[in-house]
Amino acid sequence: MTTPWETQLKSLIQTEPARSPAATTALLRELVEHLRQHRTELREEWARRITEAKVLTAMSDAEIFAEATSVYDNYVAALETGTFEALQTYSRNLSERIIPRGVETHEVIGIVLLLRDVLARSLFAKYQSDFQLLNRILDAYEPAANRIANTVAVGFVQERERIIREQQEAIRELSTPVLQVRERLLILPIIGVIDPQRARQLTEQLLRGIRANRARVVVIDITGVAAMDSHVANHLVQTVEASRLLGATVIVTGLSPEIAQTLVKIGVDLGKMNTVGDLQGGIEEAERLLGYKVVPSEAPALISGIRDET
Amino acid sequence: MAVPILKQSQYLIATIQSALSDEDLLVLQAALVEKVGKFRSRGVIVDVTALDVLDSFASRTLRDIAHIIRLRGAETVIVGVQPEVAFAMVQLGITLEKVSTALDLEEGLAYLDQKLQHARAAP
Repeated sequence: MTTPWETQLKSLIQTEPARSPAATTALLRELVEHLRQHRTELREEWARRITEAKVLTAMSDAEIFAEATSVYDNYVAALETGTFEALQTYSRNLSERIIPRGVETHEVIGIVLLLRDVLARSLFAKYQSDFQLLNRILDAYEPAANRIANTVAVGFVQERERIIREQQEAIRELSTPVLQVRERLLILPIIGVIDPQRARQLTEQLLRGIRANRARVVVIDITGVAAMDSHVANHLVQTVEASRLLGATVIVTGLSPEIAQTLVKIGVDLGKMNTVGDLQGGIEEAERLLGYKVVPSEAPALISGIRDET
Repeated sequence: MAVPILKQSQYLIATIQSALSDEDLLVLQAALVEKVGKFRSRGVIVDVTALDVLDSFASRTLRDIAHIIRLRGAETVIVGVQPEVAFAMVQLGITLEKVSTALDLEEGLAYLDQKLQHARAAP
């Protein structure tokens, strides 16, 4: 027993090899024609679906509609010409504009897929009477549509990665100064994320600094370090030991409660490390080790404003 | 290549001039241990400034020297470890534990002076 559906499927399989580039081009042209004709309502439908799906919450409806229009036109143009350079440029451009506003990857991919769905639906509606033609139209439409979705998504992700790379470089360039605060006493304030590469750089700078300044005591302040994993912690321990080989004592200050707990939990051996609560305490301890004694002079003369009047 | 060992008042100073073979290191060890007794030295400084590599045998020998010398009643300081060498050693897990270190010869001498003063003041 054969149902009409199966007959249709069979004829479809038979017509399968008949797909030729010329036929595809003709179909695409028809498709583009259709999309141009129904530009307004399809665009509105798409914008409506975007709002409905509650994506792009960072943008207002008017903005969504404006962007949707240009995406739509670019989309149709890409379908028509079969070249994706313009679309690539546009999507990079778009990403540049919307990434700073907090638009997520899934949102961008989501809206492009929504457009694909909206257009496919309109094709279903238009060719519902002629299943074979619909099938061939979809054959022409789907690869192009998928490629467009791909291009936009890749463009967005690339843009995002570019931004991340730039930021990483910016962080790396934030120099980590090794400062001498007293004869034989250096401080090394560490701020921000420490990755293995930066950790290495820090250590090198510190060891060089110890040699150049003939330091006996070094205070490493990590108040500005938000998180620390076992890798970085071990690196810190290594830095302390390497400094000791150069004859300098290291005092680590500013371990936050979270970092302290993490370090204990992951079992980093901090027994060899000399730790003091904050930078001030660290410097005081260092002065003690170096034999300094800070004594207040008689009058606090340099409080601003007072000196000028006398 | 033999390492010259200089006597400077109460101290012995051994300056390693070039890369040493394992045998050279053992010769140095024997010579230092002997001379500490002979000159009644109170401190020994081993200067490794010229070395751009310190392998595990060399590190272990330096540690042994320090421990033996301590048993002979003197203090040992290793001076002049280069920054790169220090970091490489630490990464290999060689940390010269319980061995005193100082930046250079001057610092090493200052360290020994201080140590001896303490020793004299203590009893």
